[in-house]
Amino acid sequence: MLQYPQIVAELGSELAAFGPRGVEITEDTDLLADLELDSLQVMNLLLQIEDRFDISIPVSILPDVRTVKDLALQIAHLTGER
Amino acid sequence: MGLFDKFHGLAAARRDLEALGIDPFGVQIERMISPTEGMIRGRHTILAGTNNYLGLTFDPGCVAAAHRALDAEGTGTTGSRMANGSYSGHRRLEKELAAFYGMRDAIVFSTGYQANLGMLAGLTGPGDVVLIDGDCHASIYDGCRLAGAEIIRFRHNNAADLARRMERLGERAADALIVVEGVYSMLGDRAPLEDIVAVKRKHGGYLLVDEAHSLGVLGERGRGLVEELGVLAHVDFIVGTFSKSLGGAGGFCVSDLPELDLVRYSSRPYIFTASPSPATIASTRQALAVLAAGRDLRVRLRDNFMRLHAGLIALGYSLAAPPGAVIAVVLRDRVEALRCWSLLLERGVYVNLMLPPATPNGVALIRCSVSAAHTPAQIDAICAAFADVRSSAGIVAAECDTGR
Repeated sequence: MLQYPQIVAELGSELAAFGPRGVEITEDTDLLADLELDSLQVMNLLLQIEDRFDISIPVSILPDVRTVKDLALQIAHLTGER
Repeated sequence: MGLFDKFHGLAAARRDLEALGIDPFGVQIERMISPTEGMIRGRHTILAGTNNYLGLTFDPGCVAAAHRALDAEGTGTTGSRMANGSYSGHRRLEKELAAFYGMRDAIVFSTGYQANLGMLAGLTGPGDVVLIDGDCHASIYDGCRLAGAEIIRFRHNNAADLARRMERLGERAADALIVVEGVYSMLGDRAPLEDIVAVKRKHGGYLLVDEAHSLGVLGERGRGLVEELGVLAHVDFIVGTFSKSLGGAGGFCVSDLPELDLVRYSSRPYIFTASPSPATIASTRQALAVLAAGRDLRVRLRDNFMRLHAGLIALGYSLAAPPGAVIAVVLRDRVEALRCWSLLLERGVYVNLMLPPATPNGVALIRCSVSAAHTPAQIDAICAAFADVRSSAGIVAAECDTGR
């Protein structure tokens, strides 16, 4: 099972490619507000993350995901299930 | 946060549009003249953004059938089929749709949107998995959400991506529902249904295909992409709409599975809404009979879309997909698309403006829908307007990259 800090680090490198340049990615980074992503871009981001972690992330979790931390916890949960 | 704070962004976006002098998302057609002509802002305008693929809205037989039903059965049903009863036409239309597809039965819904909402929310619930193509229509997303099912999205038209997600599901794949569209409404591109059927046959699960934009357009008998590609027998549910090729309003699902009939009792969008009016049902039944009777309209539609597609390519426009009844022109950006849309309207051609996030991969589109009722002269006039816009206003087409 992947450890939480490792998930946050890997998410950081995925997210760096999606958001505006120069935004530092931390656990508290807000996906919509700080990275200026719209709802469709967030769903496309999920596709990339699914490949990276080899998991399927239900779109239905999105209402509960606002920050990098929220997403990392969901990934930790889903990778733990395998 | 105040109740209306979330509207600030929308209000700003609308102010930008109003600077054009007309809101592209609030166009008034002052008077309809024919399936392909109307009056907009006092100008005689060719309508090339109606989804009226077969042009049946003014078909004399359909209009007469609606008149007869209106006289005989009144203006509305005033209630839901479950609580207030079905009229004979509702059930007859269901039987006729089932016969058209060679399937066991059908359910009629009050709109196409509700057909997807009703099928997804009726079929699935918490604990079920629905795998949807990333470019699926909002009604499919909303249906999944209403159902409370687990929604897994796969890359658009990518059967290998679907297969990977089915593999990850393990034993749950056997009961998963895969949802795709025959023709996608924004770009007009088609689903690789043979490949998707192959994934279903390998991993199990059920397949629902939304043929909203392909019913009456594709297939030898007009039964959509499933017929064109010969995969009808491997599709579990076909959803469609009456509001495009059939020129009415409403939607349906056909299936060979006996459980379909039970969906009526579990589908809130079926139960808690008024049923289609007698006139709507009557014109739809007649339109279905016309659609099923021959290929003439489909041949004319095909001639028209081939002509428009070739004309726009010759002008140097970037088109999102091979020839089809939906022809999406890809523009450089939002501003260019807005300008192009507005200039076309000034030249008497009405098309659809499509902007992100409603479009895939952030593309800005001018979307044309072609009708069998367009005359070759009208198609040429549409091309001439596009030519004028390109040469006189310097509209720049995008490199043809829709992110695929």
